[in-house]
Amino acid sequence: MKLSVVKTLASGVAALALAGAAAPALASGGAEHPKEVAFSFEGPLGKFDQAQLQRGYKVYREVCSACHSMNLMSFRNLGQESGPFWDPKFKHNPNDNPYVKAIAAEYEVDDIDSETGEPVKRKATPADKFPSPYPNATAAAAANGGAAPPDLSVMAKARHGGARYIYSILTGYVNPPAGLHVGPNQHYNPYFPGDLTSAWHGDHKNVPKGGFIAMPQPLTAGQVTFDDGTKSTLEQQAKDVSAFIAWASDPKATERKQTGVAVMIFLALFAGLTYASYRRIWRGIAH
Amino acid sequence: MSEHESTYVPKTGFERWLDTRLPIIRFAADYATIPTPKNLNYWWTFGGILALCLVIQIVTGIVLVMHYTPNADLAFASVEHIMRDVRHGWMIRYIHSNGASMFFLAVYIHMLRGLYYGSYKAPREMIWILGVVLFLLMMATAFLGYVLPWGQMSFHGAVVITNLIGSIPIVGESITTWLWGGFAVDNPTLNRFFSLHYLLPFVIAGVVVLHLWALHAAGQNNPVGILIPQEQRSRDTVPFHPYYTVKDGFAIILFLMLFAVFVFFNPNALGHADNYIPANPLVTPAHIVPEWYLLPFYAMLRAVPDKFMGVLVMFGSIGLLFVLPWLDTSKVRSMRYRPAMRWFFFIFVLVAFMLGWCGAKSPDDQLIHGITTFRLFDGDLNSYLWLSRLLTLYYFSFFLIIMPWVGLRETPLPVPESISSPVLSGHGSVPTGAVADAEKKG
Amino acid sequence: MAETVVNPNLEGQEPTRRDFIHIAAGAAAVGGAAMFAWPLIDQMNPAADTLALASIEFDLTKVTEGQQVTIKWRGKPVFVRYRTPAEIEAARKTPLSDLKDPQKDEDRVKPGHEQFLILVGTCTHLGCVPTFGAGEYGGWFCPCHGSVYDTSGRIRKGPAPKNLAVPDYAYLTDTRVKIG
Repeated sequence: MKLSVVKTLASGVAALALAGAAAPALASGGAEHPKEVAFSFEGPLGKFDQAQLQRGYKVYREVCSACHSMNLMSFRNLGQESGPFWDPKFKHNPNDNPYVKAIAAEYEVDDIDSETGEPVKRKATPADKFPSPYPNATAAAAANGGAAPPDLSVMAKARHGGARYIYSILTGYVNPPAGLHVGPNQHYNPYFPGDLTSAWHGDHKNVPKGGFIAMPQPLTAGQVTFDDGTKSTLEQQAKDVSAFIAWASDPKATERKQTGVAVMIFLALFAGLTYASYRRIWRGIAH
Repeated sequence: MSEHESTYVPKTGFERWLDTRLPIIRFAADYATIPTPKNLNYWWTFGGILALCLVIQIVTGIVLVMHYTPNADLAFASVEHIMRDVRHGWMIRYIHSNGASMFFLAVYIHMLRGLYYGSYKAPREMIWILGVVLFLLMMATAFLGYVLPWGQMSFHGAVVITNLIGSIPIVGESITTWLWGGFAVDNPTLNRFFSLHYLLPFVIAGVVVLHLWALHAAGQNNPVGILIPQEQRSRDTVPFHPYYTVKDGFAIILFLMLFAVFVFFNPNALGHADNYIPANPLVTPAHIVPEWYLLPFYAMLRAVPDKFMGVLVMFGSIGLLFVLPWLDTSKVRSMRYRPAMRWFFFIFVLVAFMLGWCGAKSPDDQLIHGITTFRLFDGDLNSYLWLSRLLTLYYFSFFLIIMPWVGLRETPLPVPESISSPVLSGHGSVPTGAVADAEKKG
Repeated sequence: MAETVVNPNLEGQEPTRRDFIHIAAGAAAVGGAAMFAWPLIDQMNPAADTLALASIEFDLTKVTEGQQVTIKWRGKPVFVRYRTPAEIEAARKTPLSDLKDPQKDEDRVKPGHEQFLILVGTCTHLGCVPTFGAGEYGGWFCPCHGSVYDTSGRIRKGPAPKNLAVPDYAYLTDTRVKIG
């Protein structure tokens, strides 16, 4: 068998993948590479850590959700497979999961009275979406100094570096270096992509990396009390909420990887059989 | 091979009845037993791989349409709905989006194979020309499809590409407005792109039929590049089935393994993070680049300082392929026997890769970091801009100068009379390109 | 995908155990194609968000006696009818032998809540929505092909084979039901 062809192809693809990965490099200055933090869901066999997702959801709910929406998420998602409140007992209908029901019921959502047609408030059900903190993007921007807090539903897929990027932003706030002019509603973060050239008054060859982010440092140590007794350091909260957002961005990741392993095993066996068949058919043909 | 005689004999009464009314079994049987050169190497399996790619894209695409909503306000959420709520939706969508990349990977290998072994030369010009048509249709389909998720890259990619047309003098602006159905890329644009994205794959399938028809009229090329003499037919060919069905099948499985690695373990590696941000006409992403398979052409576009000229160069780089059969002056098809041209070919492949690399970079970025050389016209020599220009120059010279010139000047190696009796001298010295030689077993 | 490589009669080879490998490879191809086909077929089943809406709650105080309210459940109408004592009486007195699909009225309502009749409002013939209060039995009349239902929603006349279906529902409180 001619492995050389396969190898050539594989290396070609690897080169292309690298080219693609390198593509979103920034024009100038750039940001620091995200911190090297390990998550349980990384790698081809990685899975989400349910306890971590529960803690992460708590951080989202108590801190992030004050400003950030998660428009694509419904309460029922919390109880689905590989989610924070997944319980195999409610496999057939995660809507019946009591945790999920209780969480949903803590929220009030808008509805229309089916008889009078008047707008009413009612308790949320698992089928309802997470309520947004603001009625629309304009209101969100107006309440936050002109910069609307982005929706977090797919944030880990929408930023290069994924969960590590989110973690790095949340833990990356530092005092701006001397010579950097920080305007109102601006916060320096070396992990946030931007171009600080115009705000920099120091050496022009050494513009600091990073950018100005409108969000002030959102998390501090001890801000969220974890129900499982985990020590609530800044890093812990940041890591847990990053994991939660990574899960929300790609809730089928575990199922995807597990399917992938089965598919790869099948294809490898199939390839072996076909190769044997190929050798037998071509036996005796000089070519 | 074209005058392959039918060997099909209807066995049952029904087959005889059908054969005089709709000889479809005869057609399939004749197709399966087509005498095929016995020395086709693995580079020849990409035709079958491409056929599979087209089927996969059409099938998954039809399924995705069942859940997708072509509306500027709902498209993004409907794609995420597919990924989250639809049963196996994540798999179907990731197969479709990575399938586009796999399709292009296969088509590039297929085209380079044709280029190396001279498959475009007489009597196969029509196969090649139809192939270029297919390539253009694929690019159009891929671009239209990339717009549909209505993320930031979708939207601004559509803006940039449609604005290219605006560079056409006099009528450009009217055509752009007509394409958009408004004054900017917006909901009407999304709707028509969706319609065309659904239509074009079937046009591709139609042209594929013509491509195969032309192939079987002219006969398969082979790594040696000779036409098989009539009297050598029985020694030099094997029936397509089972010999090449099993070989193509094996190659397809290997290809599917690569495909599966992307779909299941790194589904977003070939895409851009920005396309998971819903389209916002008011903010352009910091770094807008097309998908990897269009990067070489994008680099050529940006290499030219004039907008309209850039568009001409970009389309010219593909348009050139239509006249390729008449640019090559060599009498020898396979570059196995063309010692000089072979090296120009390898450089061409490298240039194509490097153009892709340049397309992903900002033109003004320094090639070697921290060194300023001297400014030539509009940019420093040490920049991706000037590298792109150099590479673009080679790309065009390869077809317009090297190919006609080397064909006339080069002394080819002795070419075998037939596949079964290769000329030994010169054959053993063939390097990497002719991997088929390693296949001396079986 | 399913390029079958089975070729049981290769020239110069005996069609024996040797061909097992071709058959196995062919079977793997067919199996692989089937495994790929399944997600493409199964995707047409209800998606998770559709299933999530499969149960609704309804406040019975919105229905007045002698009337019905039609609500939408799983894309279909559900009739919630507040029956008068006369209508209940009529339904109970009907002998089972008169019925095409014999079922007691008591089995079609929840004990203690006999006045509320909750039914899936699609005719068991071909799915049209029967008209409330029409027809000779005071129940429903289907305008499509003339099926007539009584005040218990049982089929009395016409082409429909079965009684109007009773959905799964439960009383959460005396005035609130959960359907589905």
